[in-house]
Amino acid sequence: MTRTPQPGGRSRAGTTDVVVIGAGHSGLAVSHFLSRLSIDHVILERGEIANSWRRERWDSLRLLTPNWLSRLPGYGYKGRQPDDYMSADQVVAFIADYASFAGAPVHTRTNVAHVGLTDDGYGVSTDRRTFTCRAVVVASGACNLPAVPVVSAAVPGGVAQLTALDYKNPQQLEPGGVLVVGASATGLQLADEIRRAGHEVTIAVGEHVRLPRSYRGRDIQWWMHVTGVLDQKYTEVDDLVRARNVPSPQLVGSNEQPFMDLNWLSDRGVRITGRLAGIRNGKAQFSGSLSNVCALADLKMNRLLTAIDNWLEQKGCPNFGTPAERFEPTRVPQTSCPNLDLNNGEIRTVLWATGYRPDYSWLDIPVLDRKGFIRHDGGVGASPGLYVTGLPFLRRRKSSFIHGAEDDARELTAHLAGWLAHSNRKSLSRIAS
Amino acid sequence: METTQATVNNGVNVEALLGAREALSEAPQAAKFTWRATCDWINGTHSATTVKSFFGLGEEQQHRTAFRFDTDHPEVFASEDKGATPVEVVLAGLAGCLTAGIAAVAQNRNIQLRSVKATLEGGMDLQGILGIDGDVRNGFDGIKVHYDIDADASKEDIAALVAQSQKRSAVFDIITNPTDVTVTVA
Repeated sequence: MTRTPQPGGRSRAGTTDVVVIGAGHSGLAVSHFLSRLSIDHVILERGEIANSWRRERWDSLRLLTPNWLSRLPGYGYKGRQPDDYMSADQVVAFIADYASFAGAPVHTRTNVAHVGLTDDGYGVSTDRRTFTCRAVVVASGACNLPAVPVVSAAVPGGVAQLTALDYKNPQQLEPGGVLVVGASATGLQLADEIRRAGHEVTIAVGEHVRLPRSYRGRDIQWWMHVTGVLDQKYTEVDDLVRARNVPSPQLVGSNEQPFMDLNWLSDRGVRITGRLAGIRNGKAQFSGSLSNVCALADLKMNRLLTAIDNWLEQKGCPNFGTPAERFEPTRVPQTSCPNLDLNNGEIRTVLWATGYRPDYSWLDIPVLDRKGFIRHDGGVGASPGLYVTGLPFLRRRKSSFIHGAEDDARELTAHLAGWLAHSNRKSLSRIAS
Repeated sequence: METTQATVNNGVNVEALLGAREALSEAPQAAKFTWRATCDWINGTHSATTVKSFFGLGEEQQHRTAFRFDTDHPEVFASEDKGATPVEVVLAGLAGCLTAGIAAVAQNRNIQLRSVKATLEGGMDLQGILGIDGDVRNGFDGIKVHYDIDADASKEDIAALVAQSQKRSAVFDIITNPTDVTVTVA
């Protein structure tokens, strides 16, 4: 069922019911349910299947979720290390194998250039051919572009800058000090790796999420899974905007260290500072809010651990696993706003680990909000027949995880099938009248 | 069955605040406020600052009455001590902002406050403002805020109140992050 792209077919137009943009785990999960509902569709992929996992990840990256949790509709992890964490290459293999298994109609090396409205649906043009369709599923991901703060413009010219999307390994860096900006999983992992490679490292820390790798003898993701935290729906949270923007937790896909947190970095000689608040005359200015963001992260972590303890209590197994414990609070340095002159040669590289944003430059439909994100209700776009998937907390807390794709895809494709049936009836009645 | 919620009253109209949040996220222009103060020099280090009008919700607004703040320096600085020092007013601003935030967050989290007392300290080395040592800054070398709070809540919940208040505080942000200041002369 896999269709090979036809080179030189630039002008040929195809008609289908649904165009899915992006052949990552989300797009493939949507395709699975569309196939099951016998809905004609194609998946357009700018590169190869799981493209961003092939090209846009640093070398040492591993998933933050254990292998046993990685599954897609009708397809689970079959390897022999269920408690290990996949490397980017292994994720590529997992997703590509899934695409073959599912017989997904993927058109690889087909880069979407424009999506616009037509009289009865959508027109999708690519660098190869164009498609008309009645529904579009945007599954191109949340992490296409680095979200670099405007303060980057004030970094002196002699200091190299790169983003987590450009970063592969420490060999890329000039000798000398590195300022890592951002304290999510990305920032901490890169700070740790660069420090191990012998650089002096400073990490600027704003709001963050601290979690232990495991608790009471089980992986923290196991707890989030079994207690239902990951299944929490988007309609059930107080502040959805906030929930969708929570940075990724300070974790690393490894069973070799209990924490990948600020204490871990401090112990290894990484200097911790407040959030990078500004750069004036080449001098970096750090926020004095470090002790509060650390207190918030510790409080939040302890609330989760208490919720786990209470859950076990309620289930009648308070002695499950190892005893309940509370971890050392984050140690906040005496000086969280050190004088750091970016002109004096101490810092040679600034590494922006400040998050990502989606690229919708090809989307020519008035559905973007003032921040440039698609307006949607749980993935049902603000334009009828337009859907978006694979974004953080799209429909559930697990939405952006590989194993989170299935439930969202099932519900969105059900909605989409309803929309197609409705628009069919409408066009039939138009013809009849 | 509907259960009656224990009535928590910290004197904060949370519904109005949440309503404003919703309304202003739909109308971001109305969220643009300008706060103002005017200051007259009286004599020596004594000045009087008045706040009366501000701009917000798309139009000019007025305080119920004009508020006056006298600032001066203490007698150990050979001044007449006719008001708090300006740096103490900064502490007052921080304390007022954080404490208001605690009341609002507590109301929103259904926590009854019985008493909230903040004690603030800002350390300063006068070698900075006196120009004795160029390595010493003029301002505080740090601010310590201590809260004693009596409320119907666990220790952790009270700590979370105080943390959330800092997270949402304007003055905490103004003090902990750099702000552009432009001074002009007519």
